[in-house]
Amino acid sequence: MADIQELERIASQVRRDIVRMVGKVKSGHPGGSLGCTDFLVALYFDIMKHDASFNMDGNGEDMFFLSNGHISPVFYSVLARSGYFDAKELATFRFLNTRLQGHPTTHEGLPGVRIASGSLGQGISVASGVALAKKMNKDDRWVFVLTGDGELQEGQNWEAIMFAAHNKIDNLILTVDYNNAQIDGSVDQVLTLGDLKAKFLAFGWQTVEMNGNNMQEVVAGINQAKTLSKNGQPVVILMKTEMGYGVDYMMGTHKWHGSAPNAEQVENALSQLEETLGDY
Amino acid sequence: MSLKNITYTDKKDTRSGFGQGIYEAGLANPNVVTLCADLIGSLKLEKFIEAFPDRFIQAGIAEANMIGVAAGLSIAGKIAVPTTFANFGTSRVYDQIRQSVAYSDKNVKIACSHAGLTLGEDGATHQVLEDIGMMKMLPGMTVVVPADYNQTRLATKAVVEWHGPCYLRFGRPVWPIFTPSEDATFQIGKAQYLSEGTDVTIIACGHMVWQAVEAGKQLEEEGFSVELINMHTIKPLDTEAILKSVAKTGCVVTAEEHQYNGGLGESVARVLATHAPAPQEFVAVNDTFGESGTPDQLLEKYGLSPKDIVAAAKKVISRKK
Repeated sequence: MADIQELERIASQVRRDIVRMVGKVKSGHPGGSLGCTDFLVALYFDIMKHDASFNMDGNGEDMFFLSNGHISPVFYSVLARSGYFDAKELATFRFLNTRLQGHPTTHEGLPGVRIASGSLGQGISVASGVALAKKMNKDDRWVFVLTGDGELQEGQNWEAIMFAAHNKIDNLILTVDYNNAQIDGSVDQVLTLGDLKAKFLAFGWQTVEMNGNNMQEVVAGINQAKTLSKNGQPVVILMKTEMGYGVDYMMGTHKWHGSAPNAEQVENALSQLEETLGDY
Repeated sequence: MSLKNITYTDKKDTRSGFGQGIYEAGLANPNVVTLCADLIGSLKLEKFIEAFPDRFIQAGIAEANMIGVAAGLSIAGKIAVPTTFANFGTSRVYDQIRQSVAYSDKNVKIACSHAGLTLGEDGATHQVLEDIGMMKMLPGMTVVVPADYNQTRLATKAVVEWHGPCYLRFGRPVWPIFTPSEDATFQIGKAQYLSEGTDVTIIACGHMVWQAVEAGKQLEEEGFSVELINMHTIKPLDTEAILKSVAKTGCVVTAEEHQYNGGLGESVARVLATHAPAPQEFVAVNDTFGESGTPDQLLEKYGLSPKDIVAAAKKVISRKK
């Protein structure tokens, strides 16, 4: 049984990490990172069976793939806070010679990252391949993948969505960060996804809907997806989030998708987020 | 070692060499998984699929996804071999290869048929002539272009056991078989000498190696001494073989079924320019698209026939000081 309060405490620290990382280097993507914090914290600190000593093949483990690689700050913070590497390394984010590249990569050997992402639309394909290999290997653990909603404008996703259903990849749980925001505006303005739930249903997927910024609902939603899984169909969680969640001035706008706060704005943000595990 | 002894008794397509090689690789290694984008027959995968139905994935006409799925399979320990026509396996999915395979250093072997003009009547939409360049530019990518059926079979098995991202390029037409069926000296990154000579070095890859054999025979009949190198691995390039040979001959002709921009010839030129500049002539496609026709007609029209290699050799010899 998940300790929701403890997860919320971790999420508060992760949000502080995110703001401090992008603030220090004056670049990065805080908005989506803050919106997806609760989801990644729930996965890494409650849902997933995983080993922070890190094996690339993830044999016998649950595995997570970040397709929308630009929200690397939340990924890095959650990996560090769950023991993949020292949280002090978060201070190197986006600086020269770092393992914490602007977008996640295996190239510098950062533990916890299994594939590069950043050029959008590739993660569902990769996760489908991993999930198929798990089946071949008689490994009964799950594969999780997160995409943005704007990211679903990339056609490759729909190849992968078709492929996963056709091949009954039912150990795959896709989560869509359904915040209706992308760089140039709302997803509906830029290139609408239409009825996303109906699209997934038509493609042969099972769907779960949840509020991604309520820890209780996040844990329950992912568990519901697991319950639906392994039943011949892949599962998608349509996760409603608010970009910038937890920092008042970053919410309700797409402005903070890819912009960093200045020093004063960082202080303002940190005053809204309790330090719970100790800043790095 | 003269070229006149190099003959053939049989012709087969290089893609059939892949089909046989991947079947044998699958027998030898249970981690080999193949994928195909709706071209099983063209890639000669039937034998592999019949033997290992659970290790074949039909990707459908969705190559971008196929590359990503292959990368995912490799994460979990598989040797993933996505296959299709060379145009759809490279230029169509370049970013997927760049990010999910090359930059991520995945053990994926992209195996492609129907490269170059010799796919024939389907025309320019399918005749990729830029794939060697695209693939060799990717950091960490190994690029192998075998010359005939036997060598494609051997190269397939070698590529599967070679760690890291690879591109294996072969083709459609039946073509003379002139390399040995078993060859312990075949090694990725190690050039194959077909003749030794002192007047000119010819460096070729893929189908153009046989064209160069025919050209070399003619040159020998006219009294020239030809050193013919089959450069089946474009990357990592056997620079030592190039430098050693050109130090002896003083000039080189490169021959490839590819644009001269970005191809084998430019790789050779870079080696020479940085170590030991020497005259070079390029037998390659001259910055143009192909068209429909038979393989022989196309090779003739686009300047890739034996007589073009002969002319290039005479020209480059005349440029020696």
